[in-house]
Amino acid sequence: MLEIEEKLQAELTRGIEALQTVVTVESLEAWKQDFLGKSSLVMQTYGSMGKLAKEERPIVGKAVNQLKVGLEAALAEKEEGIKTASQQETFTKETLDVTLPGRKPRRGRIHPLHLTLRQIYQIFADMGFQIYRSPEVETDDYNFTFLNIPPYHPARDMWDTFYTDKEGVVLRTHTSPGQVRVMRERAPQNIRVILPGTTMRYEQLTARSEIEFIQVELLVVGKGITFADMRGTLNDFARRTFGENARTRLRPSFFPFTEPSAEMDVQCFVCGGEGCGVCKGTGWLEILGCGMVHPTVLRYGGYDPGVYSGFAAGMGIDRSTLMRYHIDDIRHFRNNDIRFLEQF
Amino acid sequence: MKAPLSWIKDYIDLDGIGIEELANLLTNVGLEVESVQLVGVEKPAGILKNKYFGLPWDKEKFVVAEVVEVNQHPNADRLTLCELNDGTGITTVLTGAPNMVPYLGKGRLDQPLKVAYAREGAMLYDGHQPGQVVTKLKKTTIRGVESRSMICSEKELGISEEHEGIIELDADAPVGMPLVDYMGDVVYEVAILPNMARDASILGIARELSAVTGRPLRLPQGIALEDGGEITEKVGLEVRDTELNPRFMLGMVEGTQARKSPYWVQRRLSLAGMRPIDALVDATNYTMLEIGEPLHAFDYDLLRERAGGKPTIITRTACEGEKITLLDGSEPQLDTQMELVTDGVGPLSIAGVMGGGETGVHGETRNLLIESANWNFINLRKTLSKTRINSEAAYRFSRDVHPALAETALSLCLKRVQEWGGGEVVRGVLDDYGKPYEDTVNRLSAENIAEVLGQEISLEESTQILERLGFTCWMEGGELVAKSPSTRTDIETGIIGQRNLIEEIARVYGYERIAGKRLSDELPPQVGNPDLEAEERIRDIMVSIGLQDTLAYRQTSPEREARLFIGRKAPQGLTYVRLKNPITPERTVMRRSAMATMLELLEYNTKFRPGLALFELGPVFLPVADEVLPHEALRLSIGLTGAWDVASWDRPQSKAMDFFDLKGVVEALLDGLHLEGVKFQSTAHPSFHPGKCAEVRVGEEILGVMGELHPQVKKNYAFGQDPVLVAEFDGEMLVRLSSEVFINRAISGYPAMVEDIALIVDESVPAEDLEALIWQAGGKLLVDVKLFDVYRDARLGEGKKSLAYQLTYQAFDRTLNDKDSLNIRNRIVKQTKNTFGAVLRSQ
Repeated sequence: MLEIEEKLQAELTRGIEALQTVVTVESLEAWKQDFLGKSSLVMQTYGSMGKLAKEERPIVGKAVNQLKVGLEAALAEKEEGIKTASQQETFTKETLDVTLPGRKPRRGRIHPLHLTLRQIYQIFADMGFQIYRSPEVETDDYNFTFLNIPPYHPARDMWDTFYTDKEGVVLRTHTSPGQVRVMRERAPQNIRVILPGTTMRYEQLTARSEIEFIQVELLVVGKGITFADMRGTLNDFARRTFGENARTRLRPSFFPFTEPSAEMDVQCFVCGGEGCGVCKGTGWLEILGCGMVHPTVLRYGGYDPGVYSGFAAGMGIDRSTLMRYHIDDIRHFRNNDIRFLEQF
Repeated sequence: MKAPLSWIKDYIDLDGIGIEELANLLTNVGLEVESVQLVGVEKPAGILKNKYFGLPWDKEKFVVAEVVEVNQHPNADRLTLCELNDGTGITTVLTGAPNMVPYLGKGRLDQPLKVAYAREGAMLYDGHQPGQVVTKLKKTTIRGVESRSMICSEKELGISEEHEGIIELDADAPVGMPLVDYMGDVVYEVAILPNMARDASILGIARELSAVTGRPLRLPQGIALEDGGEITEKVGLEVRDTELNPRFMLGMVEGTQARKSPYWVQRRLSLAGMRPIDALVDATNYTMLEIGEPLHAFDYDLLRERAGGKPTIITRTACEGEKITLLDGSEPQLDTQMELVTDGVGPLSIAGVMGGGETGVHGETRNLLIESANWNFINLRKTLSKTRINSEAAYRFSRDVHPALAETALSLCLKRVQEWGGGEVVRGVLDDYGKPYEDTVNRLSAENIAEVLGQEISLEESTQILERLGFTCWMEGGELVAKSPSTRTDIETGIIGQRNLIEEIARVYGYERIAGKRLSDELPPQVGNPDLEAEERIRDIMVSIGLQDTLAYRQTSPEREARLFIGRKAPQGLTYVRLKNPITPERTVMRRSAMATMLELLEYNTKFRPGLALFELGPVFLPVADEVLPHEALRLSIGLTGAWDVASWDRPQSKAMDFFDLKGVVEALLDGLHLEGVKFQSTAHPSFHPGKCAEVRVGEEILGVMGELHPQVKKNYAFGQDPVLVAEFDGEMLVRLSSEVFINRAISGYPAMVEDIALIVDESVPAEDLEALIWQAGGKLLVDVKLFDVYRDARLGEGKKSLAYQLTYQAFDRTLNDKDSLNIRNRIVKQTKNTFGAVLRSQ
């Protein structure tokens, strides 16, 4: 082995050793000068290759190449190490407290009663029901008489009515006037509709009672529609609304526009029937009134009660929305307090 | 209707049916139990579906006792010391009850007084506090006399609010018996449906229970009545209109005493919610509660005095200007529609509603005339709607009472007056039954039932149910024929009568036994509801922009809406849907303006949040001349104020929103609805800042108005510094013009060229027009125009502005080069110069 070969080998060892002490970008630069710069042994050796004997040149050339490759490989590794370290340092400096709150974008929400309405639309749409709307300011005829509630009938006591200064015009006390309107529009077709909308009753405004509230009514008219169909439809609705295992019960009630009439209760979805604050300890929640459309109403609607039959059901969605979200005051819905609405 | 269980049991055996079970039976048959009052009885165990209240009487602590002697308290005039035997021995009990005073100093009483006695430690209601406050009976010393126990009033036992006197039980009460065993009770408060008015009576309720349990009903027995007789010599009767007064009966008892009724009668009346008065009044009220027929009692001698001889009762409508003072002291305005009971002298009572004060029974009444009548309920309701009188009688008569009940009631009442008040029943009754009621007869087949219910109920079972409800049934040609009972008038004839019967059968059979089915009829023709769908789309877009959905009250007042105008002066001639009976002065009309609602919502909420962005989609109510109903016009209102951005911990609140924030929201909405040809035009509107108000047009149609609230209008509301921005749009037009289907533009795969151009124009040139021209001049390669700066400077010249646009060019078939862009640019510069005198601003 030539002397120079040994020298070059030793230089590699020295270089790698020296590199071990390098930690900063500056000392790395110095190392580069020392081992790979102009005056480094590598470069010196390249420069003096011409002076070597012809037969020594390939040997020395190979050795110096090995040295250079060796040093450069070591350098590359070191550089990577230093870069990672310095990036780490930056990361540390940039580290956030991820528990600080995020910047809130402005977010709009659908009003809770509109949410409930949409859910009901969806459920009944799945069962083939269409949506029909009718006026909020109604004639006495549509609001009462056509619904089998003639003037001075005791059943008129069931609704505390807002009257307008125009004779025979009232604020509708229920969405039922839509029953006769839709029948008159569509007779003699089969009918499967829901009638949603705002209704108004003369009541004291308290946390539990409103003068304006939203009702959804359903009406089915056709040939051979029975009480059993009504029960099945309402059970399906209850299961879709309150869960697969929702239990319902029907008990007799009275509405002038249906006969037989019933009230449907659903087992309290909060306590499962054990009794709680929401169901006032009874285990049941009143959710809707229903019944077979009264022959008189069918007649007013243009359907022969000897041929056609139907059922109707109505529910107030304010109350069910109250229960669903444990809302303490029914007036929140129309006061539109932003602190209330923002929670939906 | 409050029904004490002990009373119901007079008519039906209910042994073996628990308190809760009975409540559920009542509810399931249509008599919804609103609450159950426990009078001394323990609350039933298990899960209870009904609302209970009341206090149990401990058997050890509450017993029947007898007072054997009453002595004066040594140190207090108003207190007495009662020597009392509670079955275990004699104790002294202190009481302040005034009804013990008459026995003072009588020594040993010949007839000991039976009382309800509570021992030390008993839990009872505090008699001295309003309402029902439970307290424990403790030893005290009152004016030097020790008191450990007490003789109870009704209030302490929860029977009534009566606290003045102690209860004097009936003489046969067994001393030492636990009080709960003697008179513990359960009171069911049931809601009476309008078509079950017959059940506003204990017997009616018992009849329903009989139908649902199958147990027999025991009818109460009165005295036998005979027409005419001695009574005809005492009093005359004349019914002028049998339509208004189908039946009128009079009976008479002579020599009665207005003494107290037996305690069990008083207790039942109290528990049913009526105040016991004396045996005579109690007998009429008891009979009314028992069978549902209201009665009225006259002092016969007063009538005789008025008539100056034999009185004649005349029923007729009121004459013009007639007057009456009622029992309660009120003097309602009478009119000629109202039916009265009168004598030759004048009105005695408003028929079926309330008696007059002058001729009613009183403490000294000896001879009693009892009216048992039937009145046209429609006419009576008209009377009630005018006089607004509430009475137990009016409640029942206004729901139609069967005329046959007049007879039953009179026979029962005469018997009770005699039993409880003494005296002799005068032979005979007067009965003018001018309009006999015909009970309806209906036929029903098994198919009829199945067609309505979707479930078979056999005619045999149906017959049994109807018979238990009092119908008379027989079979004819394979059909069930049912004659309605003479206690109810709600069963009609024909198809409705059949329906009435089917309801009766179904509710007693049990709704719970009718299984549900899924609808299987043919679906109706499928029609959508495009209006509603579009409305919901508007809601979704608004919410996606970041605005909050709200829901408005329909009712407001003209004064509230006048706040929209300077000085709160609304223009003349605004017509409203006005309420005849508003609930408050703040809600007297149906709203006309959605903007007024929106401003109120903003005003209410500004104190809660630094920035608000709300919208509301709902109707306003615009009266239309010659139309019965108003136009319910859909409106979309938008309201913005304060900062749009929500402040965060490291970024301060951004600046308050202005006109262009509102315009941005509006543009985003219209874009979302794919409306074409939208234009904003400066306009004048009394509610808006004259320079910051725009009309939004779609083609030739005006969609609505938007802008910043006029500073003087803003003063009408409690707003702060920030501008208030509102818009009100015609919702129907939005719905009509919006389109779910639109042409989606293709996206080019070739690179786009972007360059900026600034044009100097006169201030008067609307930006919208300039931009429209740029689009036109740019041709099909111009794909986007974005205004990014508006600049004004003296160097531009007086009345000039510079509008800077970023233009994007792009082709679908090639990459554009500099020559293309130069061409487009030159066209734009040239055409804007020709049309608006625009000058290209040097870079």
